[in-house]
Formats: sequence, structure tokens, C-alpha cells
Amino acid sequence: MVQELEFEKPIIDLRKKIHELKEITKKADVDLSSEIEKLERRLQNLEEEIYFNLQPWDRVQIARHPNRPTTLDYIDYLFEDFFELHGDRVFGDDEAIVGGIAKYKGRPVTVIGHQRGKDTKENIRRNFGMPHPEGYRKALRLMKQADKFNRPIICFIDTKGAYPGKAAEERGQSEAIARNLFEMGGFTVPIICIVIGEGGSGGALGIGVGNRVYMLENSIYSVISPEGAASILWKDATQAKRAAESMKITATDLREMGIIEGIIPEVRGGAHHNVEEQSKIIDSVLEKALIELSHLSQEELIEQRYDKYAKIGVFFEKEPTEIK
Amino acid sequence: MLKDIFSKNKKKYATIPVTPSKSDVPVGIMTKCPECKKAMFTKELEQHFMVCSHCDYHFPIGAIDRLNLVLDEGSFVELDAQLESENPLSFPGYKEKLEKDKVKSGVNEAIVTGTGTIDNRLVVIAVMDSNFRMGSMGSVVGEKIKRAIEKADELKVPFIIFTASGGARMQEGVLSLMQMAKTSVALKRFSDHGGLIITVMTHPTTGGVSASFASLGDYNFAEPGALIGFSGRRIIEQTIREKLPDDFQTAEFQLQHGQLDAIIHRKDMKEKLSLIVELHSYGGEE
Ligand SMILES: [Zn+2]
Repeated sequence: MVQELEFEKPIIDLRKKIHELKEITKKADVDLSSEIEKLERRLQNLEEEIYFNLQPWDRVQIARHPNRPTTLDYIDYLFEDFFELHGDRVFGDDEAIVGGIAKYKGRPVTVIGHQRGKDTKENIRRNFGMPHPEGYRKALRLMKQADKFNRPIICFIDTKGAYPGKAAEERGQSEAIARNLFEMGGFTVPIICIVIGEGGSGGALGIGVGNRVYMLENSIYSVISPEGAASILWKDATQAKRAAESMKITATDLREMGIIEGIIPEVRGGAHHNVEEQSKIIDSVLEKALIELSHLSQEELIEQRYDKYAKIGVFFEKEPTEIK
Repeated sequence: MLKDIFSKNKKKYATIPVTPSKSDVPVGIMTKCPECKKAMFTKELEQHFMVCSHCDYHFPIGAIDRLNLVLDEGSFVELDAQLESENPLSFPGYKEKLEKDKVKSGVNEAIVTGTGTIDNRLVVIAVMDSNFRMGSMGSVVGEKIKRAIEKADELKVPFIIFTASGGARMQEGVLSLMQMAKTSVALKRFSDHGGLIITVMTHPTTGGVSASFASLGDYNFAEPGALIGFSGRRIIEQTIREKLPDDFQTAEFQLQHGQLDAIIHRKDMKEKLSLIVELHSYGGEE
């Protein structure tokens, strides 16, 4: 059973009404077919109207939907022989990040991603997909391995952020994230990152420096959560909807700012409506990207990544001032 | 001797055409230390590198004062002062805040970059200024750091950065987040070319700055008492529902947890940096 979202309510209500009318037709001897037909047409229009005009806050809801497919869901559909690998070899194994080796179209790849839980029990085990330093260090270990054995790295981004905890600070959360950004700049293999849910700040970016970065249509990527932004800007976390609109966090916004290479369309109503179909859409984008990047040499891959990030930013440059 | 350089340089600003930062220099004859609450002569405080002579509290100082403290007199040449922030998210009031901070801090962005010498050895230096938008990192800060790193690479000289920042600049949204990647990737290339990276974290160094270039030095130093960490204390306390110890996320805490090479007192800063630079110029001296 798919949990409904607030903006979907008119659709759900109309569906219910059509269902009721159909029930009545079955039981009583009345012909409501023209009425039903009319309502079904209206439903179609309504679906198009709502799903094609999703507002930033609607997308935040979809991105956070409890049934939204996670990294492991996509791994199931996209790869064969996924072999999960554990631990950072320093402190422990952080289950908020999963990673391992697998086959993609017969070719070995390294896959890494944030991993949320789908129920309370799993969420506790996975710390709600919010990594500690050991999660980032495990990811780095696996990426170095990929670099050594010359296989592409595919990262799925889906986290509210790096975990803001005492132990995380003690073990160097900052350094762990920083180190990943630094090292990801130097790998000689293709890196493809796909934001599948929430891209929350530095905790998302910590596995997010790639030759290509894509976002699912209803995913978000932000420097601070809409709630966090609202409480700073208007001292009121309930203004999150307003913050979501002004912070430019949707896939379209990021595409326009030149931060991501592409938007991956979602099945109607969001990825959770059909994981299999959604995986096929991701598959076609991923395959194309890997083929394109396979034409680049090791040096060119580093160069392309460098240039991509070097260009990001909006500023004004006056004529250089005379220096005495 | 260091004291002399500092006091002599106090009002001379090398080749930088900017006025000294107003908020750094306490007004009045006496200044009260916010840490030990003792009062001292402002003039004396200035002669002591803005460090409390009673409790060693390091008063925050602006970028210009910092440059005067570590570089040889008159050696600084500023880079990329012509870069100015835009308002990419059309944030209400952002432009006005930038203008106000320019006046308040005496610098035109949260970072000043350039070349200069330390005991006659050329370096590229970047200094953040927490008086400007709390030292937050937006597009200009990221771009200036990237260009400074590329300059150090081109000149084959060390890159030194003093950090002082609350993190990413919210008004530039995810563009500011991406500056973390931009600066880190630039450091990686410089590092792969053999470049020397020295970071000095000053109060405060948190969030996206702490989680990018600030932590990526070959040598990571800090000033005593500086607040250094990823997440804010209040958020952590709310998350774990417990009170954090007073020394949490101080430079001393980070040293104890293996995140720093050393804590350096402001009065020794130039001497120590000079030594590190010297130790890396063996065989490469012109
Ligand atoms: Zn004091």
C-alpha cells in the first residue's frame, strides 16, 4: 500500500468516488457509465495537472516518501552479482552507507550509496541513512579499490546529512568528508553520482564528486534542509515550504545552475509507484553515461572532473584594479 | 622581535588598498577580555597580537591584521580583489548585507588572497575574515581559493590558508555547497604536483569549511581555543539529547582526538610557519 501525500489528496478522493460509483452500478440497476466516464476523464486531467506541476515542497515530500526506493532497491534491479563489502578498517562498519562490487552489463563496477531504512527497526540499524566518519572512510576505501582495479564508481546519494552526533565529531566527521572530496578529485576511473532521494549538504557531497552527477526528477539537493533554512531565515521551522521554494533545491534548479549534468525522469507520481520501471529509466541514463565516459583517458577523466567543479559558482568580476 | 613587526605594521597595509577593519580594533583605552573578564590597555593588547596577557584568550582578528602578523612587511600583493558576490538565488536583503559587511570589515569578501613572503620565502596565502558574513563560503570565496591554489601551483610555492568561517553561505544555496568540492579538487591537483598545503584553523572553523579545505593540509594547525567542528553544538545536543562538555569542539579537543598536528599560539605563528616552509625548501632554494 502506497502512502498518500497531501498534494495527491484530490486525486485519491476522485479515485475513491469513481470506485464508489462503479460499486453502485454493480449492485443497483442504474446506468452511471456516462458519469463514470466523465469522472475518469477528469481524473486523467487532474493527474496531469498535479503531477506535471509539482511544486518544490511537493517534491520534498516525494523525496522523503517512506516507500521511496533506496540504494539497495536500485542495486537489485540494476546490477548482477552485487557483493557487499564492509568496514573502514579503522573503526567499524557504518550501515548508513552500503558499498560493494557488482556487474553492470557484464562489466565489474563499484557501487556505493547512502542507505536509509524503510521501517523503524531498519532505520535504527542504518541510523536513518546519516553516516558517521567510518561510513565515509569505508566509501573511500572502496573507491580506492575501484581505482586500483580500474572499474567505474557509481554512487547513489540519499541522506538528510552526515550524522550530527558527539561520536561523529570525535572521530573527525569533517576530515572524513573533506578527504573524500579531495580523493574523488584524483581517481582515474569514471565516477557517476545519482541523487535518488534527499541530497543533504556535505553529508551528500561526501560521496558526490563525479564526472557526471544526475538527479532523479523528484529528488532534492541542498546546503541545508528546508526546515533548517526556515529556522535560520525566519526563526520558524514551519516555514519550510517557503524555504524549499526560495533555496533552489530541485533537479531543475540545479540543472539551470550548471551543477548537475542531467535530470532522470520519474514514473508518474514518483519513483515509489514503480521501482522496476524507475530502474529501467535509470539504467538507460547510466549505460549511456558509462559509454560516453569510457572514451576518456585516465588524465581526461581527472581533467573533466576538475573543470566541471572549477566552473561552478556565480560571481561578478570587475576589471582588475591597478596594484601600486 | 615578532612583537615589533606586529606593532610596526599595525597601521601600514602593505600594498592592499583597503582600510583596517574597524570591528577588530577595540575602541577605547581599555579592553575587557571576554574570557577572564579582566581589563587591559588596548594598546598593550595590540602589542600582544590581540591575545589576553592574563588568560591567553585569542581575540578574533580580521584578515588584514592577520596578513600583517605573518608576512614580511610590505611583501603582500593581493590577488583577485575584483571578484564580487552576486545574488544567484535573489535572496531578499543579501546584497545589502554584503555592502554593510564591506564597511564593517574593511574587506570586500570573506577572504583575502595573495602572495607574500615569510622570512623572504614566497608563499601564496589566503586568509578568511569572520567579520564578513561570518566568514561564510559563497561562490567568491570558493573561486578566490581555487585561483590562489592554482597560483601556488604555477609559482611552485606553498599554499597557506587561515580559516575562520561558520560554513557554507546559505544565501547562495547549493552553489556554496559545491565550493567545498571545487576547493578540495583544486587542492588535490596541487597536492599531486607536490605542492605544500598548510592550514591554520582559527575561531570559528565549522560546517562546510571544516569539512573541506580546512581539514586538507599536509599540516593542519589551529589557534588555541578556536571552535572547530562539523555540526553545531546546539544541533548535536538536540540530536543526542545530552549536554556536551565545555571543551567540546575546541582546538584542544581536536588535538586530543587526532585531528590536528599542533596548536600554535599567535605570538609564535610566523616563526612556526616559517620553519615549516623552510623545512620544505631543502634543495629547492633559489
Ligand atoms: Zn583573558
